[in-house]
Amino acid sequence: MQRIGVFVCWCGSNIAATVDVEAVADALSKEPGVVFATNYQYMCSKSGQDMIREKIKELGLTGVVICSCSPRMHEATFRKTCESAGLNPYMVEIANIREQVSWVHKDKAVGTEKAIILGRAAIAKVQLNTPLIAGQTPVTKRALVIGGGIAGIQTALDIADAGFPVDIVEKNPTIGGKMAQLDKTFPTLDCAACILTPKMVDAGQNENIRILSYSEIEDVKGYIGNFDVKIRRKARYVDEEKCTGCGTCMEKCPMKKVPNEFNMGLDNRTAIYIPFAQAVPKVATIDANYCLKLNTGKCGICSKVCLADAVDYEQKDEILEEKYGAIVVATGFNPISLEKFDEFAYSQSPDVVSSLEFERLMNAAGPTGGTLLRPSDKTHPHTIVFVQCVGSRCDASAEKGKEYCSKICCMYTAKHAMLTREKYPDTEVYVFYIDVRTPGKGFDEFYRRAVEQYNVHYIKGMVGKVVPEGGKLKVQASDLLDNRQIHIDADMVVLAAAIEPDKSARPLATKLTASMDTNDFFTEAHPKLRPVESPTAGIFLSGTCQGPKDIPETVAQAGAAASKVISLLVKDNLVGNPCVAKPDELMCNGCSSCEKVCPYGAITYEDKPFRGPNRTTLIRRVAVVNPAVCQGCGACTVACPSGAMDLLGFSNRQIMAEVDAICK
Amino acid sequence: MQAVIKKKAIELLESGTVNRVLGWKAGEFFYDLTPAVFTTPEQIEKDFVYSVFSGANMSKYLIDESKKEGKVAAFIKPCDGYSFVQLQKEHRIVRENIYAVGLACDGMCDMREIREAGIKGVTSVEEDGETLKIGTIYGEKTMAKKDALLERCVHCKSKKVVDCDEMIGENGEENRDCGRFDEVEKLEAMSPDERFAFWRSQLSRCIRCNACREVCPACSCVKCVFDNPNSGIAQKAAASDFEENNFHIIRAFHVAGRCTDCGECSRVCPEHIPLHLLNRKFIKDMNELYGFYQAGADFESKPPVMNYTTGDAEPSIVYARGGDK
Repeated sequence: MQRIGVFVCWCGSNIAATVDVEAVADALSKEPGVVFATNYQYMCSKSGQDMIREKIKELGLTGVVICSCSPRMHEATFRKTCESAGLNPYMVEIANIREQVSWVHKDKAVGTEKAIILGRAAIAKVQLNTPLIAGQTPVTKRALVIGGGIAGIQTALDIADAGFPVDIVEKNPTIGGKMAQLDKTFPTLDCAACILTPKMVDAGQNENIRILSYSEIEDVKGYIGNFDVKIRRKARYVDEEKCTGCGTCMEKCPMKKVPNEFNMGLDNRTAIYIPFAQAVPKVATIDANYCLKLNTGKCGICSKVCLADAVDYEQKDEILEEKYGAIVVATGFNPISLEKFDEFAYSQSPDVVSSLEFERLMNAAGPTGGTLLRPSDKTHPHTIVFVQCVGSRCDASAEKGKEYCSKICCMYTAKHAMLTREKYPDTEVYVFYIDVRTPGKGFDEFYRRAVEQYNVHYIKGMVGKVVPEGGKLKVQASDLLDNRQIHIDADMVVLAAAIEPDKSARPLATKLTASMDTNDFFTEAHPKLRPVESPTAGIFLSGTCQGPKDIPETVAQAGAAASKVISLLVKDNLVGNPCVAKPDELMCNGCSSCEKVCPYGAITYEDKPFRGPNRTTLIRRVAVVNPAVCQGCGACTVACPSGAMDLLGFSNRQIMAEVDAICK
Repeated sequence: MQAVIKKKAIELLESGTVNRVLGWKAGEFFYDLTPAVFTTPEQIEKDFVYSVFSGANMSKYLIDESKKEGKVAAFIKPCDGYSFVQLQKEHRIVRENIYAVGLACDGMCDMREIREAGIKGVTSVEEDGETLKIGTIYGEKTMAKKDALLERCVHCKSKKVVDCDEMIGENGEENRDCGRFDEVEKLEAMSPDERFAFWRSQLSRCIRCNACREVCPACSCVKCVFDNPNSGIAQKAAASDFEENNFHIIRAFHVAGRCTDCGECSRVCPEHIPLHLLNRKFIKDMNELYGFYQAGADFESKPPVMNYTTGDAEPSIVYARGGDK
């Protein structure tokens, strides 16, 4: 029989207001094996911990039950406390009477009863606990960054600066992401390319960084410190080592009608292409969907003109297998599809554009060379209407758009409006908004400058309908402050489309076993205190894959993610989790069920001699668990048909004892 | 057929290919055939029986037999073949120690069906094409073989022997439209109360003889949870209806994904409980949620419940299908 001490915490009034802590301690003191039970205001405080230590020594406790907050909060704290008093840390159990009791119940009698029951369950478990000792696993000192936008680039640069090798996996032919498509950046209006491309070059030249462009994650196995990742290097039909990026192939390619995704389809590119002049790596890629040689077998011009002999039509996808200690997700965002918002006539008129398209129309490297021209007739627009919150802050019942605020649209719309007025003072600019949200350093000043200095017409209200008519866009809108209907004959309408996580994020999250919210943004381990870590150990989050954010925030978060990665990679070993699977060889069938479900490859088999009847020896195939690799997920314990596999610290008997104690 | 099989068995013994032959011999009655191991041609001549009652799936016997000295010959009917492969996948039998002879099979009969057809005092049953010539103490009777088939043969899912060293007769094909889920669909169409009443009426007859478990090739654990006092569900007398229900439901869960639907559980049940319906419900659900899967149909695939692919049904779909459906 264990000698168990029970410590009931008030958590100030957090628990004590809804749970009669005295009654809980009193009731639990009568449980079998309990030699001491008390309550205290803050068990996690120094004096609370000192009391636990004293009682362990004084009464020779062999098990401790703490009735307090969630084990996620303070299990580690109390384990350390007990360890310092000479008790094995796995002899400590937490009964969560805060999140599961006081915070969810209002009636003190109900709360007290439930707290006693949970305490009883924890005592029942401690009765069956055994001391466990954690092993150590080595750390692969190398990081993987998935996504090569500004978030991924910054994270990679910071990790590389600390001296650790980093691979960036980017699905497009070049790194740079969305920021490379932008014209100017708020609130300082410096040119995006001028501040991004040097970072791209840094990343390309840094000896610790390897850029795997035109590549995707195929499979992820393993766990923190030891991930095994398969990366698909898609065939680009050009030898990256040989290509010099001279661009001759692009000049000669006869297939010139491929929509140019870098310019949002506003112009065309060739089938063999380098997305933009500052691409990193500056290597051509053949678009297999359009290449004449690959589709019809006839052509081959790029191969003939290539002086470096880099074109290889026979290239195949390759699978690269690599090991990493940490993985950073930086998969970024895309504007939503506007097909459900046809009241704005996006599909009816080329002069209704999304903000990212407008960005390209203003960009000196864009399809118009930076001169703002209407896509339909290439004339200068004199009246431009900007519509904010297209698909953002939508009602859930509307079944289109997103419920969240996309956060960046107010600022970039102010930027667009201001730049338009700056370059073309003869243009009337209207901005329709629900609210203008510009918190941030220098942000509100920026917006006010658009209104006050540049005379942009900000109108509170939504555009109801846009009708293309006679070369104009008839905009019907309401002015909520003046309570009147407005009709504007516009030359262009710019829609600030909501942003959403990249479509590749959801399948990636599945491969990483990282959790996501309903909007497919990755969830963080704690929204306030662990914002750049995924709840899955060893997976970190950088940039808009975690939630909408602007460039300054993205870069800050990228650095934060990098620092978390660095603090992991500097460790030589990680202390493992001793709560691992353990097979009972006498019951094991050797059937491989457990091996099939093990996501970590922790289970192998060996043929072992067993004593049979009549002094014979039987050779049986039995499972062996590598405790350094096992993460204690428990999948094997439920797959095992004979119940030979059990989880240390969470054995079936322990869990059943808890259930029995609760149902008593 | 019996003569050909006996000849093959003797040939294998005499040529030294094997030193034992796993086959059937008559038990208490001529129709209750029992698995037996033969070591001499004389034994085979005398006792080896292969008839319309050779339904017993003998792949489970290979767990022990394949671990003994020398090679053993086994006769594998198509439905036994799935268990044979499944057991190989589970590393439960040593394939090198087995010489597998595949048998083409056109269905095995059930003495219960013959009795239910009103034929009493049966002393012999001879197969004559599509009919059975039945000798009784009241004289000879006949019956269409299709009316005397075992349930699993009525809905024969496959005539293909997946793995063997040689075939006697022509190897056949799978038949996915065999209608074996028709009965399950009827159960699914019931209200929960009706269904509960149905299963109570069936399972309340259980005498916990464990015959279903003993015969089941998927129930091959070194130590069964029902025999393990530490499991919390160790065998107890069927003291309450909970015990009767639980035993069969837990057993169905334990074999889910590994059950080849050989139908032995129902064949051997002395209380005629249609236990195969529990297993078929699982198979049907898995087929619908994860795509068609036949345990033991190949050597590579993983059972859907022990496999994970990114295309798997989301839990929400599983829940949505639950409840009254």
